[in-house]
Amino acid sequence: MLTGYAFVLPAAIIILGLVGYPIVQAMYLSLTNARVGEPGHFVGLANYVALLQNSVFVQALANSMLFTVVSVTIKTVLGLAVALLLNQKFLAHRWIRGAMLLPWVIPSTFGVLAWLWILNYNLGTLNWILQALHLISTPIAWLSDPILARGAVIFVNVWRGLPFFAITLLAGLVAIPRELYEAAEVDGATGWAKLRNVTLPLIVPILSITILFSIVMTISDFNIVYVLTRGGPLNSTQVFATLAYQSAFASGNIARGAAISLFIFPALLLSLLFLLRLVRRS
Amino acid sequence: MTRTKQAQPRIGSIRTQRLVGRIVGYAAVAALLIFTLYPFFSMLITSLKPVSELFNRTLSPFWVFHPTFKNYEDLLTQTSFLRWFGNSLFVAVISTGISLTVSTLAAYALSRIRFPGADVMGSAVFAVYLVPPSLLFLPLASVVAHLGLDNSLWSLILTYPTFQIPFATWLLIGYFHGIPEEVEDSARVDGASRLTILRLIVVPMALPGLVTVTLFAFTLAWGELIYALTFISQSMQETVSLGTVTQLIRGDAFFWGQLMAAGLMAAVPITVAYAFLSDYYIEGLTAGSIK
Repeated sequence: MLTGYAFVLPAAIIILGLVGYPIVQAMYLSLTNARVGEPGHFVGLANYVALLQNSVFVQALANSMLFTVVSVTIKTVLGLAVALLLNQKFLAHRWIRGAMLLPWVIPSTFGVLAWLWILNYNLGTLNWILQALHLISTPIAWLSDPILARGAVIFVNVWRGLPFFAITLLAGLVAIPRELYEAAEVDGATGWAKLRNVTLPLIVPILSITILFSIVMTISDFNIVYVLTRGGPLNSTQVFATLAYQSAFASGNIARGAAISLFIFPALLLSLLFLLRLVRRS
Repeated sequence: MTRTKQAQPRIGSIRTQRLVGRIVGYAAVAALLIFTLYPFFSMLITSLKPVSELFNRTLSPFWVFHPTFKNYEDLLTQTSFLRWFGNSLFVAVISTGISLTVSTLAAYALSRIRFPGADVMGSAVFAVYLVPPSLLFLPLASVVAHLGLDNSLWSLILTYPTFQIPFATWLLIGYFHGIPEEVEDSARVDGASRLTILRLIVVPMALPGLVTVTLFAFTLAWGELIYALTFISQSMQETVSLGTVTQLIRGDAFFWGQLMAAGLMAAVPITVAYAFLSDYYIEGLTAGSIK
């Protein structure tokens, strides 16, 4: 028993000291008016009130929600489609799975650089293709138009996260016993009916886990927005993480930054509660 | 006779259907692979382009006509890329080493030894696994400042285990559960300590799992951005992800070749390791989200 505690102790110290304590510290900071180099004093909920009246923050809040809902939805639908596709026997090649996973394997910091180039106004591949096909006459400013830039962030997020969905859902599909499909066929079920009545109900647990994971990762993402747009143009693609970073270090308002990053917390907590229930069951 | 006559056209149409199905399937997979892999191909082609081709908007972006290593040469001689690369290697190797040791001990205890609080600790590990760096970077900045580690690579070695340990422990608990407890029994009868058993029996048996977890942990450290951005502001102390993103992205066309070369070179170590371990990696990825 003592050995058990001794083995767990180093991990417990690191988790408590460098995760537990900082979360509490962030909560406290968000209730002060601390700036870089100044500890500040307690101001209650003033930062939160100020944030909700701040148009840049409201934009970042809306973006974080929009990006998460839209990209997780697309990743779920496409991920399921890709998993069903790769579950076909004749497509079950190891190298297809392996190659498809690369956007997820390679850190997003590096993969997203390629999209910065592809979406470049003057020299990028996308404008080159559209012009070569005579679909557009002048290049489109993918990353400097507020609406298109939001689309670009969602698109790159899907590119990065789709492999994760596809591979975990594929693992769920492979685990479904063949006999269930055979039984459904005997009952006269066709492709669509088999999907709805056999496949979907059986992959609900793994699908839920994947979605909840993805919600947390997407709503807290920093790298994609930072590399692609730095939150621009004119703060139109800011999300919680990038705006928290900008408030704290560009403007020196650490307390405001802490309050912004804590807006991730409710989504985290909700996902965690659902995940713990799902994980305990399986 | 009549039965075969009736059956033949049906078999034929099923065959045609299957053939069409296969063609559609292969076409969909081809489209999927182009979507996922084109950015990396584009990086490679662009990194090999001379400035004359980079600037020329009439040339195809899909090919390089006079490939050159000039961008790589400039990247290695005119920027601090090699230094950043070395810094990242230093940080990633040490933080992964620490995390793996700590996680192996914790995961072994949580999967094998029954003690009060083990369940709570298991759930806590999972909860912390979900806590994103973007929630912790501000308070951690003050921890780092208190310890006087600003602008030191040790600030990263200290903080990277915060995301490496929870998921490494979580994955390893799964792997250790997969090793039957009986293999340890004879050693325990002989009076071997838990630590000896872990070192000599469990670790060798869990080696594929440990290797996968090492790759995961190393990759997370290698690509980490927000902590490095927050704690490090001297060029010589930057990591490969930080230096590439902050020093090489400059709307200036001359840098595109170098930027793509940098992204590609930074991706190579991960990709090579992954190429050898992809089966284990996929198993680990799915295990992490199922178990």
